[in-house]
Amino acid sequence: MTDTRTTPPREAPPGARPAAGRRRGALRTYWPHYLAISPFYVLFLVFGLVPVLFSLYLAFQHWDGIGDMQFVGLRNFEFLVKDSTFWLSLYNTFVIWIMSTVPMLFLALVLAVLLNSKVRFTSFYRIAYFIPNVTSLVAIAIVFGAVFSTNQGLINAILGWLHIGAVPWLSNEWTIKLVIACLITWQWTGYNAILYLAGLQAIPTEMYEAAKIDGAGPVQTFFKITIPQLRPIILFTVVVSTINGMQTFTEPQVLFGGNASINPNSGGPGQAGLTAILYFYREAFSNNDYGYGAAIAWAVFVVILLFTAINWRLVQRRDKGAA
Amino acid sequence: MTSTRVKKLALHLALLAGVLISLFPFYWTAVMATNTTRDMYRTPPKLVFGPELFSNIARVFENIDFMGSLLNTVIVACCTTVLVLFFDSLAAFTFAKYRFPGHRALFGILLLTFMLPAQLSLIPQFVIMVNIGWVGTIKALIIPASANAFGIFWMRQYIQGAVPDELIAAARLDGAGFFRQYWNVALPVIRPGLAFLGIFTFIGAWNDYAWPLIVMTDPSNVTLQVALSQLNTSHNTDFSMVMAGALLAIAPLVVVFAVFARNFIADAMKGALRG
Repeated sequence: MTDTRTTPPREAPPGARPAAGRRRGALRTYWPHYLAISPFYVLFLVFGLVPVLFSLYLAFQHWDGIGDMQFVGLRNFEFLVKDSTFWLSLYNTFVIWIMSTVPMLFLALVLAVLLNSKVRFTSFYRIAYFIPNVTSLVAIAIVFGAVFSTNQGLINAILGWLHIGAVPWLSNEWTIKLVIACLITWQWTGYNAILYLAGLQAIPTEMYEAAKIDGAGPVQTFFKITIPQLRPIILFTVVVSTINGMQTFTEPQVLFGGNASINPNSGGPGQAGLTAILYFYREAFSNNDYGYGAAIAWAVFVVILLFTAINWRLVQRRDKGAA
Repeated sequence: MTSTRVKKLALHLALLAGVLISLFPFYWTAVMATNTTRDMYRTPPKLVFGPELFSNIARVFENIDFMGSLLNTVIVACCTTVLVLFFDSLAAFTFAKYRFPGHRALFGILLLTFMLPAQLSLIPQFVIMVNIGWVGTIKALIIPASANAFGIFWMRQYIQGAVPDELIAAARLDGAGFFRQYWNVALPVIRPGLAFLGIFTFIGAWNDYAWPLIVMTDPSNVTLQVALSQLNTSHNTDFSMVMAGALLAIAPLVVVFAVFARNFIADAMKGALRG
């Protein structure tokens, strides 16, 4: 994400900086500028940087939030490595991420290509596709829960009408993940399609004309021109989907999270919808195990970094292979 | 029919299928919210609107403090939006149009903050809120969100293109100081950019769930999203009532979005190309 724009050279405000006492002089001259940008930095310091450092410290403590902290060294992380529930939550997160990201980005690309073919009513389509992305996730998770409900749901009603037996969507290990993945796909496909469309519209038409003159067919043009030209935006959407997908929380929390502290099945039957961040939330805020919660948060952060790096390389390499 | 017309028709059919999937959940929410729960049990199910909307909404009002949580959400979303617009545009204006010692490093730090995922700071943030006595108050929702890196980054890109340097130079010649240059010169010109950032922030604040769920510890004083989630867990046998609640939570935003959508999407697309 680099700023490719070249900014025009700007005049320095009046009052050139004195050679001596540069720092104090700068502060005297530029105090309005520092004041103007300060709110973000003050807030980031108080609610961002200090908390992040504090959570690193917490990961080596045992603390319930009320009593005294107790230094436990690496014990939180030792426990984490052996904690089968943590690994299950990572596995769930990963499976849901694959099940949602692959169809989501594929469909988004298809929609964007269709929208880019000089069709009428484009702005109507764009709005219709974007609306899911601005919708309350809590509300729509509830609606999906109702649609996929075993006894009252629309899907099973239709299946019953076609004389197909009811599917227990929200209690089977795989269909639980499928429902969550459907929800994510529904909410983000349009958003990604709009981004791809922006990328498609930025490809100069001369490139396509040149390809036509060279005798390239539509498929060849798509893979030799469209995809390489879209590379930065594809990379962007893959990175954003990875970061969002690894932090999936609200969908399973609303669908299955009720009474998380008492319910051993939080995350749905068999904990099949227990994502890493939902597990973090349960340990930290339902079981008040702040030290362990912080350790989980850091572990998930490392996983996100790792996955993002892997995806980044995959997208770039595949592109090199195609070009 | 010529082959191009057949192609066009097929194209529209494909696109309309997408629209159908996109919009069907809204239609179905409305269907469920206007019928009784018993209608949902029927085979085949009822697929059209019914007359029960107001009785369903009445039960929502009986079961949760809908108006109280709506008021909280409206206050949080409005205050956050106003503060973000002011702080972000002021900082963005400064970064876009002025050079001052350290401006490059400071902007680099701002970009780095994008990388920190929210859950890393959640526990300590909560501890801080407990210690300064903000737990359970909407201050805890508004203040930490009142300036953000995305908004400053996006507005900076926007201002670089939207505010001509000559305009600022002219204002300076007229004796306008820094804040007057921002208020009188930049602000009037960047209104379309503010509209985008404002809608974006408002929608985000309206739909926010994880942080309000953690920090609004008094179950009787929450935001709309948390109240809706409570309604879902405590009354999940009364489907149509829960759906009426969902409808009430979705509707205002969809209306706001539909009004501003055209420009909003265009701006979002421009932002993507810069990113």
